[in-house]
Amino acid sequence: MSTYETIWTVIILMGIGTFLIRFSFLGLAGGQTFPEWVLRLLRYVPVAVMPGLVAPLVLWPSATGGEPDIARLGAAAATLLIGAATRNMLGSILGGMAALYILLWLT
Amino acid sequence: MSTPVKKERSALVEGMVDALPFILIVVPFALLFGVAATEAGLSLVETMSMTVLVIAGAAQFTALALMEEQAPTLIVVFTALAVNLRMVLYSASIAPHLGKAKLWQRAVVAYFLVDQSYAMSQIRFDKQPQEPLARKLAYFAGLMIPVAPLWYAGTYVGAVVGEAIPPEFALDFAVPITFLSMVAPMLRSLPHLVAAFVSVAGTLALIWVPYSMGLLIAAVFAMGAGAMTELWMDRRKGAAA
Repeated sequence: MSTYETIWTVIILMGIGTFLIRFSFLGLAGGQTFPEWVLRLLRYVPVAVMPGLVAPLVLWPSATGGEPDIARLGAAAATLLIGAATRNMLGSILGGMAALYILLWLT
Repeated sequence: MSTPVKKERSALVEGMVDALPFILIVVPFALLFGVAATEAGLSLVETMSMTVLVIAGAAQFTALALMEEQAPTLIVVFTALAVNLRMVLYSASIAPHLGKAKLWQRAVVAYFLVDQSYAMSQIRFDKQPQEPLARKLAYFAGLMIPVAPLWYAGTYVGAVVGEAIPPEFALDFAVPITFLSMVAPMLRSLPHLVAAFVSVAGTLALIWVPYSMGLLIAAVFAMGAGAMTELWMDRRKGAAA
């Protein structure tokens, strides 16, 4: 990647780290487990990271030079609504992209 | 002699059959990652290396998004791994069933411990905890036979095709939309909703913090908020009963 010079560092560290996470308890091979409060916190990791990650990308998209954009905001709302209502990942992606194209065409 | 082998083969086939519906999720997701990685400027070799070494879609999309924001290397790695931390739970809950396998077998299982293989094998192992180890391993292998090759192949096709897609298709927004589609189904319980809200509000409020670290700081608070809401709801339920 021309603009991101350390891409190979990212790939290799992610590969090793992800494997170690998956191997953790399988590697120990015993009956070890976490205390209940740690398990409770871990359950919320995805929902604590992903919404924060996506919010700036939706509000200030790079394709518009960081200006908020009605089409992209609308597409994001459509994806969320379809996904929350149906729990269907593929359906919400397709619905979101459809909303994006319709709104881009209208605006 | 032939009976256990036959049973292992049938467990393998059962795994393959159980994994078939995942093709509908894995293929488009892999295509999308290939396209998004190309959009982000990764070469074909870089895209494929990431997909084969990491084999975790959400974390891979996370890395793309942060690299596009020019976040420092360690932050990219750290945040992507944070997205994968849930897999510690997968490892912990599958270990009682497969912990007696040989070390290399456990290493292979660990590499392939993705959302889909975890979910299906957990259901099966809970239902049939007494099943012999060899058959449990065969079932797990069966699950990955349709899923893993299609994940690699889908990424490859996406990366090759992605280069040919013109910017009018606004594929820059494929990454946010994919994330939202992963987040949306989580938002159906109050604790998750609270955690998501704290995550968004916190990240936006801390956008000035250097090295994109606001996201991780907000995530710590969001996890706490979600867990505390869950505890509070449990206690209220307990009081009402």
